[in-house]
Amino acid sequence: MAGGGTANDVRTLVSSLRSAYSATPVRLKIIDLYVLYALITAFVQVAYMGMVGTFPFNAFLSGVLSCVGTAVLAVCLRMQVNKENKEFKDLPPERAFADFVLCNVVLHLVIMNFLG
Amino acid sequence: MTAAERASPSKGRGGAFAAILSFATLLLIGILAFSIRLFSVIKYESVIHEFDPYFNYRVTQYLSKAGIYEFWNWFDDRTWYPLGRVIGGTVYPGLTLTAGTMWWVANALNIPLSVETVCVFTAPVFSAFAAWSTYALTKEVKGVGAGLTAAALIAMVPSYISRSVAGSYDNEGVAIFALVFTFYLYLKTLNTGSLFYATLNALAYFYMVCSWGGYTFIINLIPMHVLLCIVTGRYSSRLYIAYVPLVILGTLLAALVPVVGFNAVMTSEHFASFLVFVIIQVVALVHYIKRILTQKAFRVAVAFVLTVGTVSALTLIGVLIALVATSPTKGWSGRSLSLLDPTYASKYIPIIASVSEHQPPTWPSYFMDINILAFLVPAGIIACFLPLSDSSTFVVLYLVTAVYFSGVMVRLMLVLAPAACIMSGIALSEAFGTLTHSIKYQLDLPDPPAPPAVTVDQAASSTPQVSSVTAAADSTKEKSTSEKAKETLRERPVKRNRKKEREIIEKSVEKKAQKKKPPQVLPLEASAVGIVLLLLLGSFYVIHCVWAAAEAYSAPSIVLTSHTADGLHVFDDFREAYAWLSHNTDENDKVASWWDYGYQTTAMANRTVIVDNNTWNNTHIATVGMAMSSPERQAWEIYQSLDVKYVFVIFGGLVGYPSDDINKFLWMVRIGGGVFPHIKEPDYLRDGQYRIDGQATPTMLNSLMYKLSYYRFAEATMDGKGYDRVRRTEIGKKFFKLTHFEEVFTTHHWMVRIYKLKPPKNRLRGKNKRKTKPVSKKSRPTPPTKTSGRRN
Repeated sequence: MAGGGTANDVRTLVSSLRSAYSATPVRLKIIDLYVLYALITAFVQVAYMGMVGTFPFNAFLSGVLSCVGTAVLAVCLRMQVNKENKEFKDLPPERAFADFVLCNVVLHLVIMNFLG
Repeated sequence: MTAAERASPSKGRGGAFAAILSFATLLLIGILAFSIRLFSVIKYESVIHEFDPYFNYRVTQYLSKAGIYEFWNWFDDRTWYPLGRVIGGTVYPGLTLTAGTMWWVANALNIPLSVETVCVFTAPVFSAFAAWSTYALTKEVKGVGAGLTAAALIAMVPSYISRSVAGSYDNEGVAIFALVFTFYLYLKTLNTGSLFYATLNALAYFYMVCSWGGYTFIINLIPMHVLLCIVTGRYSSRLYIAYVPLVILGTLLAALVPVVGFNAVMTSEHFASFLVFVIIQVVALVHYIKRILTQKAFRVAVAFVLTVGTVSALTLIGVLIALVATSPTKGWSGRSLSLLDPTYASKYIPIIASVSEHQPPTWPSYFMDINILAFLVPAGIIACFLPLSDSSTFVVLYLVTAVYFSGVMVRLMLVLAPAACIMSGIALSEAFGTLTHSIKYQLDLPDPPAPPAVTVDQAASSTPQVSSVTAAADSTKEKSTSEKAKETLRERPVKRNRKKEREIIEKSVEKKAQKKKPPQVLPLEASAVGIVLLLLLGSFYVIHCVWAAAEAYSAPSIVLTSHTADGLHVFDDFREAYAWLSHNTDENDKVASWWDYGYQTTAMANRTVIVDNNTWNNTHIATVGMAMSSPERQAWEIYQSLDVKYVFVIFGGLVGYPSDDINKFLWMVRIGGGVFPHIKEPDYLRDGQYRIDGQATPTMLNSLMYKLSYYRFAEATMDGKGYDRVRRTEIGKKFFKLTHFEEVFTTHHWMVRIYKLKPPKNRLRGKNKRKTKPVSKKSRPTPPTKTSGRRN
């Protein structure tokens, strides 16, 4: 591997990623932050499970799946609200948000039932 | 998108008329689906059929009496004695909860329906719902005309009728509705990209998981379809929204059902969904990065990720393979393995191999069960490719996998039926569309310019599809035999009302004629003849379906009939035997029989049984099998150790009933021999066959099954010869006495024979008093018998 060349490439890659990302509207950045928060929470739970064991397995499953689930739903919301996305130009963002809330309500009802 | 195109020509009077007509047709289809399943109620009575439905009926009775909390925590001690069965944790609750809810609603509205009535009619009601769901699904794929045709086809398809007649109160009755409804919601989400439908999809999937073990088909088919879409370059954000919430929410909901529990995340049947979940996240990320980066930067990113990612992916796969390889079946359950490898069950699990529904189907059964759909399906596949959309790829994939699985087990023809109906509906609708379009095209042009190109019957582009809305109005009348003149007469006033649309069609047709190629229409006579022939085909299908429903699939199998010279003769022996048991035995007496009759015995006779149709404990069944294959004394000891008081066998030799226990005896030997090695199958075979005549082996003639079936048989038949009508020979050992059992009841046609175990003797006879008997495990005094000495 040409070490210097690749490192330079990686650096330019990272900077171009950063500049492209900073161009996204604030709304989408908030959603991305939420997704990141949910995923970090899921990761923390997995790490805790690794230390303590899986005993109340349904509690572990519901915890992790609620974090991953809400992250994934937020990604769906982001896709629907993103103005660059041609497929959803007829969809008012309020409707998208309402669907997101509904899906989250169902998800968390199931989680609370499964928590045990 | 295509739906919107199709909607625009139908605004105006044509649109309202078509909407009313399709609503009326749907209503009629629902009524048809319900009423074609009522033949068994008319011919016999409103009774629950077969074996499994009796268990569901008993559970529903318990639910209606004791309430839902008792049902959820029910431990049943009247079956699998002495093990018992946790009903709450091992039953798929969807069917019983549905019927229980319907019963409760009806009684709350003061309609006094009994539980039995609700149970008998649940399946026909849900078949109407299934037909409507098929309409909605096919409408998502191809449009209203195809939807109506597919709904009409599935209302009558014999394969679905066979599992959902009135009285067949089994899981498939509601599960097929749940299956089609889930697929419809998936396609709706895929086409619209709405999270609302994604939530509904997950809830419909939950209902499917509650209803049937076949839900694993859904959770493997949908990931396969997603993978197919990704690989063929059809990834879009709608695909992401359709799949990912379903996986998360669906897995959670599946884990809620006690029967599935943690299997939802731990068994191999679900791993495909998780794998595709990861893949689609990666694909989504890649698409996102591709969109925000420049071309060159993206290539650099790809190279970087590939080098780093491959290493980590390889380690992850290695860990996963190591985990999976530690389990002997690689994490799959026995039933799923027998689906993937058809020879697996016959080699390793004789119980699964012995169920008659699990045998591969024969070729004629395809024609019997799906009739003309069998050759309409390939036409439907071609129609799905023109044009190819996400939903049509899904339907094609569903059909192909369903055909494979139906070839493995005859029971899974049921999963093929909706797919075949959808495909055939599409094919028929496209054919009608093209033919009627040809007729209208031919008739409406004032002077035909050039002779229209005679091309192959193809549904080409937008022109036939625009006219498919008009074809929808025509195809709904497919059952009425209409002549050519009537059709043209009908079309003229309709055409006059929609002049504007006609102009649009003509303009586009002329444009096509000028720009590209001659319009793809058929000559007038060929189209008319084609339509008449298609209607004839449809009528043959209807005749076959009604015949199959009336003659082939309506037998309740608990009541048998035969047509003799004196008229109709009814064999009600089973219920006679169960009624005798319930009236003449003590409530806590245990009854032993082969596992086929367990559910019926607990439901109708209300006695504790040793084994039943659930077949979850192979060793227990093998114990009963061993007892039936052993000589009388050993069998008595085995039954005595299980606290059994009564044993009954099904015997068809007097009347010629072929599904009796002697014919099932080979499975008793095989299953018993699978667990207890002293039962060897060759001991019972003469020249490789099971025989009960003079050539039978002594082991066979001494077995309990032989003795219980043929006790007093020779004396009872008129000429004293003991001619068995099913095996068509005279029996081998004719005049013998039973030493450890006494006959207590034989039904009118000798079909059920009930025996009681003789109690152990109080004192030992002189000969055996001084012998020191080796202490057996149960340390019970062995009663002296005539055949002394041999101990196993």
